[in-house]
Amino acid sequence: MPTFFEKKQLVTPGELLAEGDYLPGENTYVENGKVYASRIGLVDSDNKKVNVVALRAFYLPKMGDIVIGTILEVGFSGWTVDIKAPYNAMLRASDVLSRPFKPQNDELSAVLNAGDLIVAKIASYDRAHDPQLTVGEPGLGKITRGQILRVTPTKIPRIIGRKGSMISMIKQETNCQIILGLNGVILVTGKTIEEEEVAIEAIQKIEEESHTSGLTDRITQFLKEKKQPVKMEETQQ
Amino acid sequence: MNDKTDKLIDKKGIRGDGRKADELRSLKLQVGVLSNADGSAYIEHGKNKILAAAFGPREMHPKHLSQPDRMVLRCRYHMAPFSVPERKSPAPSRREVELSKVIKESLEPALFLELYPRTGVDVFVEVLQADGGTRCASITAAALAIADAGVPMRDLVVACAAGKIDDTIVLDLYDVEDKLGSADVPVAYMPNLNAVTLLQMDGVLSSSELEKAVNMAMDGCKNIYAMQKEALKTKYMVVKETEE
Amino acid sequence: MSSLITKVRAKQIEQLLENGKRLDERGLLDTRELKIEQGVIEKAEGSARVYLGKTEVLVGVKVETGEPFSDTPKEGVMTVNAELVPVASPRFEPGPPDENSIELARVVDRGIRESRAIDTGKLCIEEGKKVFIVFVDVYVLNHDGNLIDASAIAAMAALMNTKMPNYEVKDGELKIKQGYKPLPMRNHPITVTLGKINNKLLVDPWLEEESVMDSRITFATGEDGNICAIQKGGSGYFTPQQILEASKIALDKAVELRKKLKW
Repeated sequence: MPTFFEKKQLVTPGELLAEGDYLPGENTYVENGKVYASRIGLVDSDNKKVNVVALRAFYLPKMGDIVIGTILEVGFSGWTVDIKAPYNAMLRASDVLSRPFKPQNDELSAVLNAGDLIVAKIASYDRAHDPQLTVGEPGLGKITRGQILRVTPTKIPRIIGRKGSMISMIKQETNCQIILGLNGVILVTGKTIEEEEVAIEAIQKIEEESHTSGLTDRITQFLKEKKQPVKMEETQQ
Repeated sequence: MNDKTDKLIDKKGIRGDGRKADELRSLKLQVGVLSNADGSAYIEHGKNKILAAAFGPREMHPKHLSQPDRMVLRCRYHMAPFSVPERKSPAPSRREVELSKVIKESLEPALFLELYPRTGVDVFVEVLQADGGTRCASITAAALAIADAGVPMRDLVVACAAGKIDDTIVLDLYDVEDKLGSADVPVAYMPNLNAVTLLQMDGVLSSSELEKAVNMAMDGCKNIYAMQKEALKTKYMVVKETEE
Repeated sequence: MSSLITKVRAKQIEQLLENGKRLDERGLLDTRELKIEQGVIEKAEGSARVYLGKTEVLVGVKVETGEPFSDTPKEGVMTVNAELVPVASPRFEPGPPDENSIELARVVDRGIRESRAIDTGKLCIEEGKKVFIVFVDVYVLNHDGNLIDASAIAAMAALMNTKMPNYEVKDGELKIKQGYKPLPMRNHPITVTLGKINNKLLVDPWLEEESVMDSRITFATGEDGNICAIQKGGSGYFTPQQILEASKIALDKAVELRKKLKW
């Protein structure tokens, strides 16, 4: 019952990872009792389960996920939303208007138009049907300000950090509000563009270096360095 | 086919471009070369220069081409007008249509098509310069582009041809050998699963010669596979190295 | 190509195969009944209609004169075109040839060309200027599977039926004389296709088997038993052992067919 990898080893699709008594975890598959990688990533095992943390993947909707999307199309009874997934999502007019929807009276494009950004929750999804969104909860709905960036969705947990430590640190040090869409779209809203830029740079740094060790320390250091000159400028003025 | 008396391989077994019978041309592979594609790769296989880009999985356009129970892979193999000595019309030729189909069918066995029903993955292959064996080099690059797009795969797909020039079975024919040789056998292969996903042949071979050619092509595939894997890993190791 | 038949039917096919049986009661290595009619279109220089089970293919050959290719100035030209005519299947649509008909034409072409079935050197009228051009048009009339084998046999049968005008060349001028002569042939390739379903190889798959099978492989062989064309198709794969096995079966079947056809 051997395994064929070292912890955190970089593997490519098709590489044999384990044989025998092992179970295929994320980004792996099993054929004839052998576990193979199906994506490029870092391999690890958890008891008898072999996982690959993908360095490259796309977002697949899951019920309850918070995502950030762009309105693509205004339809008769709702909107089509691009959530950077293999499937476009639907947002029903009745969900937004919170009352029965009357096509003859309601001009949907006045509420949300093509190009508008929204924070939404996946209300339902299965492979046979496009995902349905809802915005009927606090914190969800149209985005009016801030900056958007995209990361590989598999990097989101790293940006969040252990028990949210990484993201809280960035929020605190930059005074920005940050919403992490699990689809890899991130909204950063700060008081100034400069603060937003620092937060974005920090997040991009995490994305690029997510598979290296000592990341938290480097990000702490990065934020400190960035903070200094900003403050100096303020005192000079 | 050829009335030429010129030998393609000399008495010492050296070919027109200086290679031995079972020697590959030099290869260069690069992953993630296009910023707008979900995944991309560039290959130089001898004088072949080929770009591959992958998009998706995404909604299919037009929508009626989507399948309710599976993902659809679409491939377009296309040669640039300046890729060959005589300008090639940019309109797709019958050869390009057939190659697009066999390239697609060589990649499909590597994908989990049933996992993402109603979606499509598009692979575009642009041959910038052609020097024999473009379909194989295209497959090697296309597989990298798909892996780089983060689409789950059973294995990488790698391709290489063998053939017959004069009376010798040789590996990886270049343009002159392809045109003047007596047989060409392109093979695509999933090395970890020991599965052949493309096999074509034109020319004349006995069945024992065919067996030899297929085995030689598979050995070539295994060698290219090592470079293919390395190219994919390199993209993600660059960061690691600059840190240390 | 899939989702043409119900899941129950697909399962039935797979279960039968496990016991070495097929829905139409053939053995795994049996071809369907083959019937050839030659000379069915009087206005074509050559023609043949082939029935392979319920699959039906008509091939017409037209011979015209034209320019040779610059790299073969002393040789006549052969081209193969295939039409998946809408009468043949509810899935065929009118319009320009799609990837399936182009592949079909190119595989049929390869078998004839690479085996040098037509003696193109005898089709030269004036070197570099004028040669005979042989147009082989494959017309699929009813699609019940294995169009490649049916079309390849029909194309060969039509070529063997082709009559050329009796001519002589004087000072580069073509003079048509009384009577006809056959198209100069020097090889008779035979094409055999196998399908793979659940790692089982079967010869001459028909339509329902085609919609279940994950891949196919075609071998064309000449009179000397050498292989002159191969084409793998479909979204599955073959192990190297399966390819060897398939090539052996195809070669044996070709010998058997050759005897029957007296080619």
